[in-house]
Amino acid sequence: MSAERDLRAVARAERDRIRSERLRQLRRNPAFVVGAVILGIWVVCALIGEFVVPHEPALVDILSTNKGPSSEHWFGTDVVGRDVFSRVIVGARPVLVMAFLATVIGTVLGTVIGLVAGYFKGWADVIIMRILDAISALPVLVIALLALAAVGGSSQPVTILIIGFVFTPIIARTVRAAVLPEAELDYVAAARLRTERAPHILAVEILPNVLPPIIVEFTVRLGYAVFAIATLGFLGVGVQLGSPNWGSQVAENYGRIFADNWWSTTFPAGAIATLAIAINLVADGIVESFEQ
Amino acid sequence: MGAYILRRVGLALVTVFLVTTAIFFMTHILPGNAAERILGNLAERENVLLLEKQLGLDKPVLVQYTSWLGDAVRGDFGESIQHRVPVEKLLVPSVGYSLRLALVAFLLTIPISIIGGIVAGVFRGRWIDRAITVGGLSAAVVPEFVWAVLLVLVLGVNLHWLPTNAFPGTDASVPEIVHHLLLPSVALILVLFGYISRIARAGVVEAIESDYVRTAFLKGLSRPAAIRRHVLRNALLPTIAVTASMVPYLVGGLVAVEIIFNYPGFGGLLLKAVQYRDYPMLQSAVLIISVVIVGVQLVADILFAVLNPRIRQKVSQ
Repeated sequence: MSAERDLRAVARAERDRIRSERLRQLRRNPAFVVGAVILGIWVVCALIGEFVVPHEPALVDILSTNKGPSSEHWFGTDVVGRDVFSRVIVGARPVLVMAFLATVIGTVLGTVIGLVAGYFKGWADVIIMRILDAISALPVLVIALLALAAVGGSSQPVTILIIGFVFTPIIARTVRAAVLPEAELDYVAAARLRTERAPHILAVEILPNVLPPIIVEFTVRLGYAVFAIATLGFLGVGVQLGSPNWGSQVAENYGRIFADNWWSTTFPAGAIATLAIAINLVADGIVESFEQ
Repeated sequence: MGAYILRRVGLALVTVFLVTTAIFFMTHILPGNAAERILGNLAERENVLLLEKQLGLDKPVLVQYTSWLGDAVRGDFGESIQHRVPVEKLLVPSVGYSLRLALVAFLLTIPISIIGGIVAGVFRGRWIDRAITVGGLSAAVVPEFVWAVLLVLVLGVNLHWLPTNAFPGTDASVPEIVHHLLLPSVALILVLFGYISRIARAGVVEAIESDYVRTAFLKGLSRPAAIRRHVLRNALLPTIAVTASMVPYLVGGLVAVEIIFNYPGFGGLLLKAVQYRDYPMLQSAVLIISVVIVGVQLVADILFAVLNPRIRQKVSQ
């Protein structure tokens, strides 16, 4: 018993050492730090933005439409006189919440399917590969448009589910590829000899060892989710009408870009770009830290 | 080789059939609402039912499916519910315009991305490699419509370098057409560059580290000559395969870019079809998209086999 406890303590110490080494490496990676800071700013905006904005984001003021940036309106006002700065700040929430939920759904389902497919192989394997084939024959955006047309309307929960479902087979493939060699290792055979049941082996033995590719896949997919949600918002489907979605803000104000109102399009467009790039830099840093 | 091509064509047809079937049943999860959409919320119940009958939406889904599939195979895609004209009348010209834009974007993307990937691979670890790799992938995660907006603003409205109107008219000359398509193409290139250049870079790095290139260096071949003769040839093959797999991204990007530039491609038709639940239009548009994508991947697969002696030998045995 005490030998086993010693072994566990050693294993824990080793895990802690690797983790702190990784964190140190991430802190030294300038691209990661820049990405993490920008992402952090948008997360703060999503959390408390609505309490600190200088103007009511939805307040229409037809007497001051298309006003340029000033001390009163830092990012100017849009085509119906709403404060662009306030709308950009509160716009962080719908994008981040939807992208996060969609990615969590895709990652959880994809991990479960990938674990099962990689461990049992056989039919689950075949089905995942066929679904992947069919999905890769169409752009994600077109699949989302089709599904939204099928269920009718522009409901946000539907958009979240669709993006999550599209991500599921992609994440399942990554997890499956990581599980395949892992399932051949001795510790899995040992667990089987101890007559552990399959769910226990998958969740307690194998899952902790395939976490790195899952974490990487999660951050990469989060970026794609922002990409897809912003684009759907721009196209006017899949988001709540009138919500301060960055994509919708670009669509509403784009017509004025030739009439000297550059601010009400550029600031939400820039917000999308900075969020997407920040997530990509964070994902890149995590990939590098796992590679070494 | 003939048998290999035949098998690949067969597989491609199966994929298109599966996608088609999936599309049809997806759009019929909630049948019947197309008539309500056309007539509006306040329409009388009898009128809705009458229109459903006219459009054939009252029949069982399976009957609708087989008749649609039979017609589609014969080249009859049905009538657009929204416009009341045959679908192909609207789709064929707009798909032509989209292909035109896609072609310009693709023909520009491939050489630019490959050159970028080669430069990054040859100068691996230097600042220029870092700039191309991180910059390229950062550009790739920003949606096309965001790039399009920023490009229109900077290159079009402020600097007047490129026309912001993507469509010069039906009787424009070829250089004029290409000139007008440059701005939307740049938006598409920015998203594709990162992925394609990354693969080209990986191919270059792998080739440089291989034994035959080391031999070339050792026997005194100069670095540029070794790269030109040995590295490039081996590095570019995998790029073909990846380029084909980027076509779905390109097509997805077309939708948003065409709408920003008010370009008469299929993107606008597809979006309107979604908003109005115009099933015949939606099904036909997605069918054409999947045929184009599967077709390009098929051609790339065959090209890859023809160009790569190892695969050529394997498939002819």
